[in-house]
Amino acid sequence: METLWFIIVAVMLAAYVVLDGFDLGAGVIYLLIAKTSDERRMVLRAIGPVWDGNEVWLLAAGGTLYFAFPVLYASSFSGFYLPLMMVLWLLMLRGMGIELRVHVDNPVWREFFDVVFCASSTLLPVFFGAALGNVIRGVPLGADGYFFEPLWTNFRAGAHPGILDWYTVMAGVVALVTLTTHGALYIAVKTEDELAGRARKLAVGLWPVQLLLTCVSLAATYYIRPQVMDNYRDHPIGLLVPVVVVGSLILIIWGARKGSDLAAEKLAFVGSSLYIAAMLVGAVFALYPMVLPATDPAYNLTIYNTAAGHHGLAVGVTWWVLGAVIALGYFVFIYRMFRGKVRLEGGGY
Amino acid sequence: MDSALLVHRLHFAFTVTFHYLFPQLTMGLAPLIVILKTLALRSKDQHKHEIYNQSARFWARIFGINFVLGVVTGIPMEFQFGTNWSHFSRFAGGVIGQTLAMEGMFAFFLESSFLGLFLYGEKRLSPRAHWWSAVAVFLGSWLSGFFIIATDAWMQHPVGYAFAPDGSVQLTSFWQLVLNPWAWWQYAHNMSGAAITGAFVMASVGAFYLLWGKYTEHGKIFVRVGVVAGCVFSFVQLFPTGDGQGKMIAHNQPVTLAAMEALFATQPNAPLVIIGQPDVDQKKIDNPLVVPSMLSELTYRRWKAQVQGLDAFPPALWPDNIPLLYYSYHIMVGLGTCFIAIMVVSAFLLWRGSLFRARWMLWILLLSLPFPYIANTAGWMTAELGRQPWLVYGLMRTADGYSKLVSAGNGMFTLLGFMGMYLVMGVLFLFLIRREIEIGPAADSAAGH
Repeated sequence: METLWFIIVAVMLAAYVVLDGFDLGAGVIYLLIAKTSDERRMVLRAIGPVWDGNEVWLLAAGGTLYFAFPVLYASSFSGFYLPLMMVLWLLMLRGMGIELRVHVDNPVWREFFDVVFCASSTLLPVFFGAALGNVIRGVPLGADGYFFEPLWTNFRAGAHPGILDWYTVMAGVVALVTLTTHGALYIAVKTEDELAGRARKLAVGLWPVQLLLTCVSLAATYYIRPQVMDNYRDHPIGLLVPVVVVGSLILIIWGARKGSDLAAEKLAFVGSSLYIAAMLVGAVFALYPMVLPATDPAYNLTIYNTAAGHHGLAVGVTWWVLGAVIALGYFVFIYRMFRGKVRLEGGGY
Repeated sequence: MDSALLVHRLHFAFTVTFHYLFPQLTMGLAPLIVILKTLALRSKDQHKHEIYNQSARFWARIFGINFVLGVVTGIPMEFQFGTNWSHFSRFAGGVIGQTLAMEGMFAFFLESSFLGLFLYGEKRLSPRAHWWSAVAVFLGSWLSGFFIIATDAWMQHPVGYAFAPDGSVQLTSFWQLVLNPWAWWQYAHNMSGAAITGAFVMASVGAFYLLWGKYTEHGKIFVRVGVVAGCVFSFVQLFPTGDGQGKMIAHNQPVTLAAMEALFATQPNAPLVIIGQPDVDQKKIDNPLVVPSMLSELTYRRWKAQVQGLDAFPPALWPDNIPLLYYSYHIMVGLGTCFIAIMVVSAFLLWRGSLFRARWMLWILLLSLPFPYIANTAGWMTAELGRQPWLVYGLMRTADGYSKLVSAGNGMFTLLGFMGMYLVMGVLFLFLIRREIEIGPAADSAAGH
């Protein structure tokens, strides 16, 4: 039962990163590739109808995490207090940037929200990456299962780590580059002409960086937590993950270099989605059954010492499956409604 | 009071109070927008059809701005259970995690999916499909309200749980949690309160247009829909929902009732205090204006019934801020009474066909705009201050629930951050709403739409 909920929460988080990832990425490249006011509106229109629904995956995943592993929720949310609050502020600024911009047709007003939207979209992936880095590296949990991490200490991943050290900053950069590419590939699918061309060019240019960072981050992860290999040794099926990672990287560069061809653009975006999913699956596969490693291994949080009671988890399966099926229905419907390249005419953004 | 505890309480109180300014309007407006859309669908006359549709679009724009603010200020609420109240989350997550997770799965996906369609999809959809998208948004927002109320109701009146060996509580009955009688009374009372906000805001904007002499056709619709809905829900707020909620408190939290009424001594023929300033040290009320025996009658339907005062309970069980609780409750009830009076007179004038010419009444409707917000806020303060000193009634004290490792200084840092952020958001909000009202419903659409 605990394992089932571990998988469910992991899938929801991965869905969040893949979905909200492209609209975050679109925000990162927003000022870079969208030069004219029309191009900016195109980018906003490409993500406008879906960004809020995408972000709901974060809330739903958070809610499900709270429900299934309340001890983990309590411990990690209070321990990561400061960065989480900053993530909240950034999410707020970003939501306002997208939605309030349209209400006043004035260049000064729009420029203000353009910068708010771009800056918050750029910082969020760094925070998310650093958060994942913290989880993999381990946190200074005490015997009571709580911890509190300052933002930084000495930038070393020692016994008294901060939120930011060399490893977690690197993880933040990996996330930023990954989601930037992801967003660029999405914009290439959803727009046309020069805008799509610039997005493709950006993705092609970033590809070597992404490749390099993938290798460096995997090596660094092995250095910082050699135990990550244990699950792969015991269950060789996990080795499918690196195969998918390599395959998806090839798909990205192949699709992005093909030029203005919708099928290739879509394949590149699928490749990027697969890459994100595979990297995340690889990380949680390595951690399982741990959910939050401690700097002192005696205090590790696992799915077993953090899960809610059995009755609650069993009841949850019923409504979760029902809710997920309905939610998937909405998503299929909404993405079908707004399928195809975006155009400037008509209402909205 | 331990300063970290105070900071964490203020942190939640401030963010949730600001947050709820927005959902109460979206939940209240959603059914009214559905009514406008229905009127549009059903009117054969082309001109009327268009006026109703313009009205619906205008309120959809107001709804959209409120919705954005409601969403972005709502995200911190879910997070704060973990960040600021981690000991509470560890203790009670096995139960309230259910309702909070269900809100995400059932309400948030529904709302967020159809909101975009409703706001920006009118040209892509058939009129009927667009009507359905409005209904979906309405259902989503009301469903969301239910799961939150069910969570709060469990904290007020815990049911369907058992203690686990580690001292936490775990769910034993899903249906008891969802069918908690406290939840249903509180939900009915709260949604009726939201509907009052929606109705008053709609009537107030309509009155403004009529007084201004602009968009009067739309203004008349707003006033008519607002007054009829406001009249219905002002009564529903008092009876049965307010009465039912009061009985839940009298039976399950008698000490809270005594504190709300500032009834210091247990007595038969207990009086109802209308106005007066409680002095907790001297255990008396200054400058009281009372109705003799009324509290006994309202609580037990017997004039002579004995009502327990605060002296019947050890002070350790008293709510820790009795004057604020007393004032919150009295402000809520006092305003609720005014709402009934305003709406009854307006409805009478509407029925007689003279409301649209009665400038004095339109002025009252216009100026009444802030009061439903105050009443709803005061109502929530009554519920939450009344539960003190408990976080989960009878099970966990508030002083035991906060994050012990998050220091007062760190809490203060983020509290100040939220205050700054919400100040900016509040200013932007007022600016945008003022602008939409000035542009008015007749303009086919706001800039960029």
